[in-house]
Amino acid sequence: MKISNRKFFASAILVSALLAGGVSFYASSSPDGLEKVAEDVGFIETAKDHTLSDFTLADYGVSGLENARLSVGLAGLIGVVATAVIAVGFFTLIRKKATSKNQ
Amino acid sequence: MVHIPDGFIDLPTSAAFAAASTVAVVGAVKGARKQLSEQSAPLAGLTAVFIFAVQMLNFPVAAGTSGHLIGAALAMVLVGPYAATLALVVVLIIQAFLFADGGLTALGLSVFNMAVISVWVSFAVFVVLKKILPKSKTWVVVATFIAALVSVPAAAIGFVIQYAIGANATFSVTTVLNAMVGTHILIGIGEAIITALTVSAVLASRSDLVFGWDKKNSTLEIRT
Repeated sequence: MKISNRKFFASAILVSALLAGGVSFYASSSPDGLEKVAEDVGFIETAKDHTLSDFTLADYGVSGLENARLSVGLAGLIGVVATAVIAVGFFTLIRKKATSKNQ
Repeated sequence: MVHIPDGFIDLPTSAAFAAASTVAVVGAVKGARKQLSEQSAPLAGLTAVFIFAVQMLNFPVAAGTSGHLIGAALAMVLVGPYAATLALVVVLIIQAFLFADGGLTALGLSVFNMAVISVWVSFAVFVVLKKILPKSKTWVVVATFIAALVSVPAAAIGFVIQYAIGANATFSVTTVLNAMVGTHILIGIGEAIITALTVSAVLASRSDLVFGWDKKNSTLEIRT
């Protein structure tokens, strides 16, 4: 079963948007591996606040949005769009440069 | 793992790893130029999008601990190691600058662990396994699973090396090593499951797009 390029790319974007925009609300909020190790061993004390911790989208939430589901979901969707624009643009750019060099 | 906050590792060590990461990224751009085709360039971008999305999904691994996908092995199998390094770098930059996830001075450390160590260790494991294992889609998924499993403790060891060189704390390196590796083997199992499922889905729908799958094999498979 081979599906078309358009279908393949569209479903990948759709799945990513659903995961970042919807499923992300159900993600575990326990500390991640490094954070937990840092807490257990004790070096968590040396962590500094993030330079941009007051930024609108810090920690995957839209500041000002009270509804947690909406806040993380919207932040996730913004991330998906930002990544798509930057990553697809970047890879297309380096590939184009390669083609023009070969000619 | 894996997004290191500012402060864990001192500035000289962070700067040194930022320099090493920059060299690796320049090398990856050169390598990716040769490997990317008209079809795999958008796929590499899409892989970055998918990794960003799945990295938001922390799954519980043990009491009070969670983990999330790194995506290094996933990107490596789908688009090759050079483009995988670059896809991870894009994701890490967006997370650090847009979502305050991962310290800005620590960015070079995180890039080195996830975009360089994780990607290239999983690539080495994958290449060796593909030589040993039978040539079928099932076995490519098995190789993917193992490469992904190994990629997570590999990144964790990367952090321990950075801790050993330039920690701002004085706890013993052995203690940190044991805790990091133990926790990240568990997270690695989650990484392996997600990576194997995703690669299976792409192999089933568009095996021609998968870097880790040799197109020659697919003609053989149709005949049998």
